[in-house]
Amino acid sequence: MRIDIRKTYKLYIGGAFPRSESGRTYEVKDAKSNFIANPAQASRKDLRDAVTAARGALGGWSSATAFNRSQILYRIAEMMEARSDEFVEEIALLEGVSRVAAKKQVNQAIDTWVWYCGWCDKISTVAGSTNPISGPFYNFTVPESLGVVGIFPAQKSALLGLVQAIAPVIAGGNTAVVVASQKFPLCAVTLSEALATSDLPGGVVNILTGITSELAPWMGAHMDVDAIDATGLSKELDKEVRVSGADNLKRIHKFSSSDTPQRMLAFMEYKTVWHPIGI
Amino acid sequence: MTFEYSPAPESTAIVDISAQYGLFINGKFVDAKGSKTFNTINPATEKVLSKIAHAQASDVDKAVAAARTAYTKVWSKMAPQERGKYLFRIARIMQERAREFAVLETMDNGKPIRETRDIDIPLAAAHFFYHAGWADKLKYAGAGDNPRPHGVVGQIIPWNFPLLMLAWKIAPALATGNTVVLKPAETTPLTALLFAEVCQQAGLPAGVVNIVTGDGATGSALVNHPDIDKIAFTGSTGVGKGIARAIAGTGKSATLELGGKGANIVFDDSPIDQTVEGIVSGIFFNQGHVCCAGSRLLVQENVHEELIEKLKRRISQIRVGDPLDKNTDLGAINSAAQLARIKEISSSGDTEGAQRWSPECTLPEKGFWYPPTIFTGVTQANRIAQEEIFGPVLSVLTFRTPQEAIDKANNTPYGLSAGVWTEKGSRILWAAKQLKAGVIWANTFNKFDPASPFGGYKESGWGREGGRHGLAAYLKGGEK
Amino acid sequence: MQLVDGTDSSIRRFLKQLPGVDQVGAESRAAMLATRSIKTASKKWAIDCAISMIDLTTLEGCDTDGKVRALCTKAVHPDPTDSTVPSVGAICVYNDKVATARKHLDAIGGQSIPVAAVSTAFPSGRASLEVKKQDTLDALNNGATEIDMVIDRGAFLTGDLVKVFTEIVYIKELCGDRAHLKVILETGELVTLDNVRKASHLAMAAGADFIKTSTGKISPAATAPVVLVMLEAVRDWYAMTGIRIGVKPAGGIRTTKDAIKQLVLVRETAGEEWLTPKLFRIGASALLNDLLMQRMKLRNGNYAGPNYVTLD
Repeated sequence: MRIDIRKTYKLYIGGAFPRSESGRTYEVKDAKSNFIANPAQASRKDLRDAVTAARGALGGWSSATAFNRSQILYRIAEMMEARSDEFVEEIALLEGVSRVAAKKQVNQAIDTWVWYCGWCDKISTVAGSTNPISGPFYNFTVPESLGVVGIFPAQKSALLGLVQAIAPVIAGGNTAVVVASQKFPLCAVTLSEALATSDLPGGVVNILTGITSELAPWMGAHMDVDAIDATGLSKELDKEVRVSGADNLKRIHKFSSSDTPQRMLAFMEYKTVWHPIGI
Repeated sequence: MTFEYSPAPESTAIVDISAQYGLFINGKFVDAKGSKTFNTINPATEKVLSKIAHAQASDVDKAVAAARTAYTKVWSKMAPQERGKYLFRIARIMQERAREFAVLETMDNGKPIRETRDIDIPLAAAHFFYHAGWADKLKYAGAGDNPRPHGVVGQIIPWNFPLLMLAWKIAPALATGNTVVLKPAETTPLTALLFAEVCQQAGLPAGVVNIVTGDGATGSALVNHPDIDKIAFTGSTGVGKGIARAIAGTGKSATLELGGKGANIVFDDSPIDQTVEGIVSGIFFNQGHVCCAGSRLLVQENVHEELIEKLKRRISQIRVGDPLDKNTDLGAINSAAQLARIKEISSSGDTEGAQRWSPECTLPEKGFWYPPTIFTGVTQANRIAQEEIFGPVLSVLTFRTPQEAIDKANNTPYGLSAGVWTEKGSRILWAAKQLKAGVIWANTFNKFDPASPFGGYKESGWGREGGRHGLAAYLKGGEK
Repeated sequence: MQLVDGTDSSIRRFLKQLPGVDQVGAESRAAMLATRSIKTASKKWAIDCAISMIDLTTLEGCDTDGKVRALCTKAVHPDPTDSTVPSVGAICVYNDKVATARKHLDAIGGQSIPVAAVSTAFPSGRASLEVKKQDTLDALNNGATEIDMVIDRGAFLTGDLVKVFTEIVYIKELCGDRAHLKVILETGELVTLDNVRKASHLAMAAGADFIKTSTGKISPAATAPVVLVMLEAVRDWYAMTGIRIGVKPAGGIRTTKDAIKQLVLVRETAGEEWLTPKLFRIGASALLNDLLMQRMKLRNGNYAGPNYVTLD
């Protein structure tokens, strides 16, 4: 009987896979309460490091061409497709669903990724405009990335909720610090492996596993985080994050599960430019 | 001390050209009805590359039927996102086989390998990649909440950018849910036939893309076919008008991308060294076989002398020769017929009193060649200021005031492109507002992107290709 | 012909009438020229040309006489196993190592190799005019026949163009017949290509024999668009005055490929006349070994390794 080599579930920060600097881990059990793994339990310092990495990667990612970003997002989909079986295994274990249902979720997640890949170089066509000013001015509005986004994806979804949250954020040129679902963190780590092999620059997406109620307040209070997707936060945490987030007027949103370009635009800023028209 | 560049030929070992090709119908290569074939040659050497099938009316019929069946039974029923995935696959395979496509395009068309490698092929792949992402987002395209495709579209493309024009046609057509029958140009069928292979490798359902090779008669059969819902044509204005007449009263819609006589306007405060580059790119890129070429240089009179001097100096550095040499800038003229046309119209420049200038260059013995040429002292009334030459010949005119530049630029039945060179932002926008051209390049020229709509005013055609606006033509409720 | 009389207004007027540089256009021209494929015979020629143009440089705080002597030996015989390799264009050191360099070069048959000294409080240029002059005099008196001075970038960015101009004039005067003057613009600090063009013309008007891109101490240094704009400047200056000024890119040119791209830029911008150490130099140190390895490859047919070139 062959003993298999089990994966160590680490954090994904700045393109590397460190353990938590606190040395902590926490137990993750499957749907039947059997032990599966001890993923890292991220600390405040890990979050701080992740934000630093995300900020560092922002300049390059937001100034890459939309076409370049879309190529990388497609490559991520390629890498995810190749890891389909891994994801299916993890979802089935964690959520306690059948392999068929798990495979459906994986396919949906990959297709969601491809959907947003196709948005990178279309969002400014659809959401931007030239504006008819009463006067000799050329005036245009473009949506731009707004910065570092903290993401708390839906707690009850091992993979799909995660992808639905991350893809629109980075498609828009932002970088992300993701706090994975507390009960279902494993797909997030496997996703980070797909990201690491996809040409996505280190630091564009950073993934932390750990205790949501511990990490959320730190994210909410961090002055170098520009926005938060609070979908996976409880009512109390959501409120707390909005109160502390007011210190630097973070843009904080919660989403239902549908895919829409609004999820991209929620994390973009509109810039309007004027220029005279004259001989 | 001379720094001569030794020959740096790109190897042709990567291409595998068959001795002859059939038509690509319903997912397979099939023989054409009848035995009529024609040769495609390498215009730089005049060597025959392959024997190409000549599609008869009955072949076109078969192709349209295959496209219709594929549309009704498969393509129109497929979930939009799945349709998009085929286009993503096609794009990726084109990227994988990019070098092969580039060498093949250079051999069949005559343009330099540097251009096919760095511009044509990457843009063609990007075009598929871009449009793949539209397939499941059509409700955002500005064509209504539930835009529907036309059905089967007939597409006829020119020889100047064979693979790129194929991409400009097929990508949006498929993304919007149509199926296609495409006729490549007579002198440049090979990359279209290689593209058919890519469709097979991508697993594209049979009949979604059909390629019928042939000449004008094949094109006519396609245009006049009763089961074609829409025509997309890129080519000469003359043929475009013929198509417009042919489809009158049939209910077919058409987009036409026709000729141009683009004005490149240089003001006295332009960034002159980059302006010279832009002028050179505007008329000598792709041997000037470009509908949107900056073939008329309108230069402000007070900087005419300085500009022409710099321009001549720069043109003297253009390397004319073997298109497969990586250092070649200007390749072969695509055909004997085109060369004759260029010579004929250009000679009017001599007889009508303009001053011709070309740098010294040794042209190869075999093949079709024309040196980069400029005519100064050209005025609006000269043939070389009015007619599209479609070759490496620049006509230089002058203007005194910005308004005069605009008036002269607009004084043409064409309206495809224009260039504006000045460091003054407000003048760029003012000129852009005044110019009757579908594409305006400011402080740059001949730039293309799948996200940027392209097409002309007036006799330069109907409709736009690329960007959100380019989708409209392939959707019902869009342009007619 | 005097284009500029040294007054603030005449300098301003002169610089103001220069055409602007479109960054995107300049970068795209430089990128296109970088695709030139230089093979076989032309590559062989280019490698030897590049070697002969190198200003072999050591400008470190920890430079010692030993280090300088080793560099000089390398300069004269870059490849001990191959006497067909040309000597380099010059040796470039700090002014207090000039004497050592000159002495050693003369002792080993390198009389024809000039010693260039960096000067005027290189690399920052932050010192009084008197200190800058003394810096230069020390170098000249020790035997330097080339002076690589830095311009005052602070003054340039403040718009004190007269200060930048007159400093160059003073240093040129000191050089007299004894040495040629290279003026380092430190283009990485000037940032825009418009500034690069203006600074180039300012330096030439003030008497520079060579305009040089960088000190090599900061990044970015000699990028292709910067070198392109400087070559356009010397080409235009020649058209205006009939005088050819040299160009020296320095910093960041590490491989044979980089060096050959520079030569292509020269050939297709200023012209073949500039393809001589009299008008084009490359400030580099590691580049030489890469050129030697590529040279070996052309000679033997296989790739060499670092063990086959000397570490100095």
